[in-house]
Amino acid sequence: MTDSPILGAANITKRLGGKTILDNVSLRLDKGDLKVLIGPSGGGKSTLLQCLNLLILPEKGQISLEGRDIHPRNKRELSSFRQQVGMIFQDFNLFDHLSAFENVRIALIKVKKLSRRAASERAEQELARVGLSDKGGLYPAQLSGGQKQRVAVARALAMDPKVMLLDEPTSALDPELIGEVLAVIKDLSLAGMTMLMATHQVGFSAQLADEFMFMDQGRIVEQGSPKELLVPGTRTQAFCSKITELAGEVPG
Amino acid sequence: MNLDPEFLRELFSALNKGLFVSLQLIIPSALLGIAIGIVVGIVRVYGPKPLRTVADGYVALFRGTPLVAQLFMWYYGLPNLGIMLSASAAAIVGFGMCSGAYHSEYIRGGLLSIKRGQLTAAQALGFSPVATIATIILPQAIRRALPGCGNEIIYLIKYSSLAHLVTCLDLTGEAYGMAARTYEFTAVFLVTGAYYLILVSLATILLARVEQSLSLPGFERKRGPQ
Ligand SMILES: Nc1ncnc2c1ncn2[C@@H]1O[C@H](COP(=O)(O)OP(=O)(O)OP(=O)(O)O)[C@@H](O)[C@H]1O
Ligand SMILES: [Mg+2]
Repeated sequence: MTDSPILGAANITKRLGGKTILDNVSLRLDKGDLKVLIGPSGGGKSTLLQCLNLLILPEKGQISLEGRDIHPRNKRELSSFRQQVGMIFQDFNLFDHLSAFENVRIALIKVKKLSRRAASERAEQELARVGLSDKGGLYPAQLSGGQKQRVAVARALAMDPKVMLLDEPTSALDPELIGEVLAVIKDLSLAGMTMLMATHQVGFSAQLADEFMFMDQGRIVEQGSPKELLVPGTRTQAFCSKITELAGEVPG
Repeated sequence: MNLDPEFLRELFSALNKGLFVSLQLIIPSALLGIAIGIVVGIVRVYGPKPLRTVADGYVALFRGTPLVAQLFMWYYGLPNLGIMLSASAAAIVGFGMCSGAYHSEYIRGGLLSIKRGQLTAAQALGFSPVATIATIILPQAIRRALPGCGNEIIYLIKYSSLAHLVTCLDLTGEAYGMAARTYEFTAVFLVTGAYYLILVSLATILLARVEQSLSLPGFERKRGPQ
């Protein structure tokens, strides 16, 4: 018998506007995993990630955290579940009226109900971890895209998540800013954080990911280690080489 | 124009009394209006359907009918239902309800201007919907709504002059009394106009201060093109 996964999804089906967006998707994330979702636009990656955090409720299927089924109708259980699942978005979604520091701290005070002092200390630590100790007082309007995304990572980390879901964290960034965000993600992965990331950064992923999942039309159609999948004849390989060709990047 | 010192002393003493009454109407009704505007604005954007319909109906009614008619309803109409409001209570409720309808429009616009992603991010952190609105959305929406709401308060100061129609002896009420006694309409209303101008100017300065104090990078006071 295998241990329960950190995050499990069984037979997730989601329909939107009469279309099946997710078709019976199952996956598991075990401790320390970095799994990567790739695939063509509209394949359902974002929808899957939002279902995994129950930001979207699937019609069918079950989400579990450390072996415990989550019941989204129970508000308290849902809030506690979401606190344990960190989410990073393509366009950062920082709170515009709060400084970087306050962005990281606010949920600690309002959701976790930490004292202001404990919350502030924690926020300082997380900002330091993403290399932004000196930027805490700046507002989102004053930060670069890369800095915003790192604040978003610090904000999620401050909640002590058991797993992080990242939806194309570098897609909205200028090319020269992608590296600083990938470096933070790499550090996190090496520190043992369990993560699922949708991304087009195939070179980076090929080096670090434990598993690739290729999604198309609401299904995971290929799944395996980068080594297994990055061989001639797979859709993953065809997709990755097309992306790297377009980006002028040497396949890694 | 009569510039007799006796007349002027009497005029200023009457208008000062009226000013005091006007302030006692303007300040509570401005606060009432803002409170109503925030609640109604939130309901109109985030409320459940039936409540939203009620809120939309309220705004349509109070923006669509003359304030004078509303004031008469509060003061002369309500007693028919067994509810008696004093003159100043009728004026405050009347101004507050009317003003709230307009404020709710500005608040609604402010709420709608906040990108949906921030709501999603707050939920992903475990915020409840109510906490999301209170701590994330509303503070931003209010900053965006502030210029409009400030304008509405300036209007309120001026339409508070209708209070004399429900027998309040406000600034305009006292002015009428003076003018009727002395037939010095021009002098009386010139000075009264100056009183309102000063009130509005003070309010403008105060509102600019508030805007300034709430200003944040990304939420600056909008200036015209440079
Ligand atoms: N609210 C909605 N109503 C109807 N269809 C939707 C809705 N949201 C998403 N879809 C559809 O669901 C499909 C999957 O979208 P999703 O955003 O999950 O794809 P994706 O793999 O993340 O794509 P991308 O790489 O462009 O981010 C798309 O065909 C999209 O049009
Ligand atoms: Mg997507």
